[in-house]
Amino acid sequence: MLDSYLPIIVLIGIAVGFAICTTIFSRLIGQKKPTEVKLAPYECGMPPVGSARERMSMKFYIIAMLFIVFDIEAVFLYPWAVMFKKLGLFGFVEMGVFIAILLVGYIYVWKKGALEWE
Amino acid sequence: MDNLMQIAMQNVNYGSIMPSLVLCIFGMALLLINVFLPRGKTTPASWIALIGLVVTAVFAARGWGDPQFGFAGHVALDKFASFSNIIFLFSAGLTILMSDEYLQREGYPIGEYYPLILFATAGAMWMASGTDMMTIFLGLEVLSISLYILAGMFRGQLRSNEAGLKYFLLGAFSTGFLVYGIALIYGVSGTTNVADIGMYLKSHPAMLGNPMTIAGMLLISVGFLFKIGAAPFHMWAPDVYQGAPTPITAFMSAGPKAAALVAFVRILILGLDGLQGDWTSLLWVLAVLTMTVGNIIAINQTNIKRMLAYSSISHAGYALVGLVAANQIGVSGILFYMLAYTFMNLGAFAVLVLAGKKGEENLTLEGFAGFGFKRPFLGVAMSIFLISLMGIPTTAGFAGKFYIFAGAIKAGYIWLAVLGVLNSAVSLYYYLRVMVYMYFKEPAEDYGWVTLHAGAVISIIISVVGVFYLGLIPGKVMEMARMALFF
Amino acid sequence: MQVLFFYLVAFVAVASGLLVVTCKSPVNSALALVNTFFCLAIFYVMLHAPFMAAIQIMVYAGAIMVLILFVIMLLNLGVETMKKTTHTVWGIVAGSLVMMLTFFFIKRGQPANISGPITNEVVESVGHTQLIGKHIFVDFLLPFEITSILLLVAIVGAVILAKKEV
Repeated sequence: MLDSYLPIIVLIGIAVGFAICTTIFSRLIGQKKPTEVKLAPYECGMPPVGSARERMSMKFYIIAMLFIVFDIEAVFLYPWAVMFKKLGLFGFVEMGVFIAILLVGYIYVWKKGALEWE
Repeated sequence: MDNLMQIAMQNVNYGSIMPSLVLCIFGMALLLINVFLPRGKTTPASWIALIGLVVTAVFAARGWGDPQFGFAGHVALDKFASFSNIIFLFSAGLTILMSDEYLQREGYPIGEYYPLILFATAGAMWMASGTDMMTIFLGLEVLSISLYILAGMFRGQLRSNEAGLKYFLLGAFSTGFLVYGIALIYGVSGTTNVADIGMYLKSHPAMLGNPMTIAGMLLISVGFLFKIGAAPFHMWAPDVYQGAPTPITAFMSAGPKAAALVAFVRILILGLDGLQGDWTSLLWVLAVLTMTVGNIIAINQTNIKRMLAYSSISHAGYALVGLVAANQIGVSGILFYMLAYTFMNLGAFAVLVLAGKKGEENLTLEGFAGFGFKRPFLGVAMSIFLISLMGIPTTAGFAGKFYIFAGAIKAGYIWLAVLGVLNSAVSLYYYLRVMVYMYFKEPAEDYGWVTLHAGAVISIIISVVGVFYLGLIPGKVMEMARMALFF
Repeated sequence: MQVLFFYLVAFVAVASGLLVVTCKSPVNSALALVNTFFCLAIFYVMLHAPFMAAIQIMVYAGAIMVLILFVIMLLNLGVETMKKTTHTVWGIVAGSLVMMLTFFFIKRGQPANISGPITNEVVESVGHTQLIGKHIFVDFLLPFEITSILLLVAIVGAVILAKKEV
């Protein structure tokens, strides 16, 4: 069974090898003429403004937290989906209750305005 | 695999989770009502929550019959669970009654407060009726997470923030211990069902001496003892109890503690019966330690909320004595005592809710000087609760301690009972001191800010009635507690 | 071959676990933690639990790591704010005690001498995800539904504790 994972291991090996090779070769072959502009952090071509270590807003945290909760909800859907036919109507109702409860949470979050970028 | 649906249908028995189901429906409805009503409009949230509790109480009382099993052995709504459910419902109800005016005064009329209390109570019910480690664990999580939020709810107050954060960090850590313990026990026995674990250990006595079983038992104990607030896992209790909103402190000290105790009782007596020798000797030491630490440190406190927090630690110690005894009278004594403690402690906190100013800086011993003469009703009520907490005859506290210590003596733990009584004597000092300040000190103020709000007064009256009912005629309730035992 | 592979992955897991606690910058620690999570996912695959491996990467290496990184950035812990802590001695004492205990348990504690009905062959033929589905939706139905209440409470908590105006 584990043999079926061989392609993935090969792929990981190629990815890691590629990353290592490019860094090594660019160091060996590449020319180095550092100027101040070249050494500056790359911010999409714009001149860098301020420090990179700025405090993030709490807003990101709420979004990430809500993302985790609904991510976990999605995780429960996979085993249900593969068993859907065997579980039949009963499984459908079970999952319906589960999603309905989380829907209450979703409506709550929405009406509360937690998804808005205030 | 083809007849899964039939199996699944047979497993379910909605009667077995009816009380918690009703609570969850009311909780979700309250959440939605709260967001759909226009801003600034006050909702009768507390009354809806109370109606929810009453409806739940009807279903919980109906559980007082033949035990109902459901969900493939995950829950059992037996008399043990029903008795515990009544304790949770009383503590939630008294808390909600005293909360409305308090939230207004402190300036945090947060609508999610009541649904969270309902969810916490539902979590407690799953712990009490759960007969599978997973159900008990998830019930504990629902209960704890609701409490973390409630403790840290006053975001503008530093002490509330501290309470929420401390409780969350340490609570999450202790939950980790609990899960690890469950995993080890599962590894030993191959099942998470409490009764099946007990049967497996009975039929495989060789596994009892296995380090993995003992480690699992110890880790599970750490998880529950933390929630009970027993020494040496009590460090969080004083800060959390002092920083949390006062009604929440009252709730935390009664309902959730009872939930952790009854779930612990079920796991130890039903599942880890074979290790009784190990856990009684462990709990013997911890019970003595808990009583003593709580009482000794309470002596030094000048803040009354903090003093009640330490006293709550020592009361957890008394309850553990009943678990050490692990006989009929001891365990039914725990049930009785937690009910009694719910009345006396929530009553005392209701007085604090009324006596406090905004910010509650005045809830110190000095702040109560002469309180008893200026505010006779509250003074008398507070005295009754303190007397009951001391364990003086004719009150509920005495009856509860009597049954627990009687259980210990019957099981042969004379010294444990003696130490318990000595500890009660120590506790007289700091409870009496509050009464001395209330009645024998010159009043510095006229306590004009104290207004008798209906909700809190009702909860005080219910508590007084409860304290005297359980104190004067304990026989009937005690008989019910004894019928509630599952062993 | 498999044993060799196991030791290779185990070495990476332990090494990145050590990096988590020794790195000066919290962001580097977090990235080392991602590495540990990936190694754990590989262990799940080797234990014939591919669904768990997928969840491990989706939830832990994905969502939870994002949250951890956000918290690090929220608290703004730069390298410069890190004080040198002097818990080394106690850390070594406590760590070796735990290690001795673990050794003791592994040596003395035999796991139950029973094998359940779900062996590797059953997992192969039925499918890991299917088996988990059967257990969640038939045997562990109540815990599953309680989970939804738990998630609901978590949502409420995130909103009222972290939102600017409640």
